[in-house]
Amino acid sequence: MAEVHAEMVANVWKIVVSEGDVVDEGDTLVILESMKMEIPVLSEDPGTVTKIQVKEGDVVQEGDLIAVVE
Amino acid sequence: MLDSVLIANRGEIARRIIRTVRGMGLRAVAVHSEADTDLPFVREADDAVLLGPANPAQSYLDIDKVLQAARTTGARAVHPGYGFLAENAAFARAVIDAGLVWIGPDPEAVERMGDKINARNLMEAAGVPVAAGTREPVSDLAQAERAAKEIGYPVMVKASGGGGGIGMGVARDDDSLAKAFEQACRAAARFGGEPAILLERYVERARHVEVQILGLADGRVVALGERDCSVQRRHQKVVEESPSPGVTPELRERMLAAAVRAGEAVAYRGAGTVECLVDADAQDFVFLEMNTRLQVEHPVTELVTGLDLVEHQIRIAAGEVYSVEPRSSGHAIEFRVYAEDPRRFLPGPGKIGVWEEPEGEGVRVDSGYTAGNTVTPFYDPLMAKLCVTGATREEALERGREAVGAFRVEGPKHNLPFCAELLDHPEFVSGDYDTGLVSRMRKS
Repeated sequence: MAEVHAEMVANVWKIVVSEGDVVDEGDTLVILESMKMEIPVLSEDPGTVTKIQVKEGDVVQEGDLIAVVE
Repeated sequence: MLDSVLIANRGEIARRIIRTVRGMGLRAVAVHSEADTDLPFVREADDAVLLGPANPAQSYLDIDKVLQAARTTGARAVHPGYGFLAENAAFARAVIDAGLVWIGPDPEAVERMGDKINARNLMEAAGVPVAAGTREPVSDLAQAERAAKEIGYPVMVKASGGGGGIGMGVARDDDSLAKAFEQACRAAARFGGEPAILLERYVERARHVEVQILGLADGRVVALGERDCSVQRRHQKVVEESPSPGVTPELRERMLAAAVRAGEAVAYRGAGTVECLVDADAQDFVFLEMNTRLQVEHPVTELVTGLDLVEHQIRIAAGEVYSVEPRSSGHAIEFRVYAEDPRRFLPGPGKIGVWEEPEGEGVRVDSGYTAGNTVTPFYDPLMAKLCVTGATREEALERGREAVGAFRVEGPKHNLPFCAELLDHPEFVSGDYDTGLVSRMRKS
């Protein structure tokens, strides 16, 4: 199981995958936006997305859980 | 009578404009979002109006709210700064229709230059050199592939209505073209524009050099020298200097003359910038785009010419007729102090615990924040501009090293360590560098 966390304070701009989707290492899960920059949040392992903890428009803090890939 | 100016912007540029407005004996009116209430620019203005929430669409980009703020405070003129509404022709028209003085070029010039495809065609007609590229908007991938074949790879793909490097990408073959095209379309859609995409031949080992122009109230256009902006990450500038170490006097003369023609072609009034790509080996240049506003890096020109560009913008907007004799001496370098990590350049907003600016001869700091402020994720990461001057480039570099070392910021991540690294990098120190410098520094 791999938890994916936010690296910085940001707004959740776009959710790219859904719970249940099968992803590969390096696939984009969510796109954050901070300071006018798009920051893709990538899956670190291949697996199935079991949880998306955020929704579009949310503000996340550094270290917040974004998604779980199992 | 122009007795007061509303500054429709935030952070360092609002503060910098307020300084000149008040210095001219005029009243400065700030507008701000809820996120910016504690910033220095709000405190330093004579009057401040809360526009709304942090989201720019509900504050700095809300034309009705900005005009309402002008009405309630009795402001007589509007300065847009850069970004936000600065290159929005509808805003310029709304300001003029409200009976206020617009401190910027004619809305028509904003419109004609805002569309990159149109601007490129216009410049070509005015005899300004342009790169091989598309003359009509490209709207699907098949069209883009045909155009890329005609132009020849590598090509630069950009959204015609975009700016600030957002949505720009280099394509070296059909595969990377598909990716760059999709990215440009996404950027175009996001900024509410038409999906009009532009392809241009990409120049490897190019320098980004721009010419500052000033369109005077009587219609004359003067060029105030160039700025070299080749230190870039993600196609966005980090460090700028004037004069450019990569431009010979002969090339400079040609570039300045072309910039004047560009300004004359759109009857330009006020401060504007003609951006060019310079092939340093061939000592040749092509037009890139024109920015119809004050630039972030305008202090570099102010420091070598001794002119206050904001003051000239205001005097020209007020209709004052006078001459400007362009003169230039010494060397100036600007370092953008961004709230971002110095390795990967990813945003690092946060609360500022320590903020100590360098001082001394040949040092100027335009900052938007101070200790106790919070850098929020809602706006761009620019915290301050550290500018240094010297009689020579060597002296400016040495002052830069001292000033970067003396600038203390704690709290948000920041790129001052990158600036220090750059100042010791042989390529930058030699002056013989190009827009690929930062990515080369990060590859090793």
